[in-house]
Amino acid sequence: MAVNQSDIEKLAELAKLEISTEAAGATADSISQVLELVDQLQAADTSGVAPMAHPLDAVQRLRADQVTETDQRDTLQAMAPATEDGLYLVPRVIE
Amino acid sequence: MHTKTIAQLIEGLRSKEFSSVELTRHYLQRIKERDGTYNSYITVTEEAALAQAEAADQRLAAGDDSPLCGVPIAHKDIFCTTGIRTSCGSKMLDNFIAPYDATIVENYQKAGAVMLGKTNMDEFAMGSSNETSYYGPVKNPWNTNCVPGGSSGGSAAAVAALLAPAATASDTGGSIRQPAALCNLTGLKPTYGRVSRWGMIAFASSLDQAGTLTRTAEDSAIMLNAMASFDAKDSTCVDQPLEDYTAGLSNSLQGLTIGIPEEYFGEGLNPQTAERVQAAIKVYESLGATTKSISLPHTHLAVPAYYVIAPAECSANLSRFDGVRYGHRCDDPKDLADLYKRSRGEGFGDEVKRRILVGTYALSAGYYDAYYNKAQQVRRLIKQDFVDAFNQVDVVLGPTSPSPAFEFGAKSDDPVAMYLEDIYTIATNLAGLPGLSIPCGMVDNKPVGLQLIGNYFAEGKLLNVAHQFQLATDFHQQLAPETA
Repeated sequence: MAVNQSDIEKLAELAKLEISTEAAGATADSISQVLELVDQLQAADTSGVAPMAHPLDAVQRLRADQVTETDQRDTLQAMAPATEDGLYLVPRVIE
Repeated sequence: MHTKTIAQLIEGLRSKEFSSVELTRHYLQRIKERDGTYNSYITVTEEAALAQAEAADQRLAAGDDSPLCGVPIAHKDIFCTTGIRTSCGSKMLDNFIAPYDATIVENYQKAGAVMLGKTNMDEFAMGSSNETSYYGPVKNPWNTNCVPGGSSGGSAAAVAALLAPAATASDTGGSIRQPAALCNLTGLKPTYGRVSRWGMIAFASSLDQAGTLTRTAEDSAIMLNAMASFDAKDSTCVDQPLEDYTAGLSNSLQGLTIGIPEEYFGEGLNPQTAERVQAAIKVYESLGATTKSISLPHTHLAVPAYYVIAPAECSANLSRFDGVRYGHRCDDPKDLADLYKRSRGEGFGDEVKRRILVGTYALSAGYYDAYYNKAQQVRRLIKQDFVDAFNQVDVVLGPTSPSPAFEFGAKSDDPVAMYLEDIYTIATNLAGLPGLSIPCGMVDNKPVGLQLIGNYFAEGKLLNVAHQFQLATDFHQQLAPETA
């Protein structure tokens, strides 16, 4: 399936990814090429085949409900672009 | 010292022919003098390396019997290292100092290995040529006009240029085996779940697996011994007993049955590459193995299935890079949406953006069944092909890549042509099987890789089959020009 420039703008909005207007056309072309490649899947007969998520069909392991992590807030926030009083700063969300 | 294999370096350190500090200084000096040509390292950790080497020398003097004690290695820059930048080849993480070590980094530290630095790679491991790195392309030591392969191109070039005796790497669709093939190395991708993914920056979590690039299969076995562990911190790690992967290296291949999949020798395979692989089959026959033609009928669907599953998982994994908690943040965001979009738009390169968008498309409402679900069903068909094959044969053999190393720019404007570079390696990741590439000759003075695929957790068998080939041939001993 081919995608056009407005599809790319919609996908970019969903992915919260800035794609410049100049780049959107070329991006649409290259993504259409990739989608053409993956469209080969449609010809495969997969009736009755269960989707496979883990090669060994393993299921998620659960651990005991115990506190194992120590407080590392200062370490983790040391690499944040902007923090104040232990909080991450972002532009105002609620006016 | 730099032409020695890890097995030989272990001997040299034990017999006090040289100390770990001397060895480490020697490699650091070589990197300084020569890596300007290859660009294989993003970060060289000179101080930390010398401190680790000193500590290793003390451990050796005290009679430490950990095989890798004092041996310098390099880590792909996808593995988190405490206090040292972990960039994943991206502008997004150019300023990221990991607050913890990846489990495999910790495992090598415990074993006494010395970290020389962090190697270059395609951005977020997305690429087959190392041309998508924010830190610039890596050059192939065999021919500096050519790519080293990717995404572990820096690890491969560093080992091939003798700037590290071994390096860690990761493989989501061929990122260890294809660079191994293009740089004349032994590259091992273990079974999915054999090696911990904790602290390895995630690209496609159901496919990603850490492994190694070395010059010999024996070195690969020594490296895997230290790397493999069950890790409760990786929820997909498989609790399988550990084994000594060097133990079976010398087993005879008498009675071994090798499957040759007809689909791996079709259209698209360079005829000279095919000749080298056919010659390798003859070597195996002379070693007592029997070969059997087999079919992996869904091979042609592997690349299409991969380019749904990998981008889908990538779009989910890379949503964590939001410019808020760490990583690149744009200047003067006007609101939160602008902060997200511009931080990500500026931080990611074109290939990463392309895959995020393809993944977003495949997972979006109305398309999920047609793309993601369908690809996961095809994935099971591909796995079943291998299950059927391993009922008849012990290992599967074919080419690693369709052709030898290509020149810079040859495929960078055509994503689909680049994706087909991994046509023989991707199915192994989809099925979760272990795969290995070893040198099997040259075409136009460029290396050719032979791929061996094993059953689940049969890394020991694969390494045995590779080692016996290396006892009978000397392709793996050939060194890139001007490196010795």
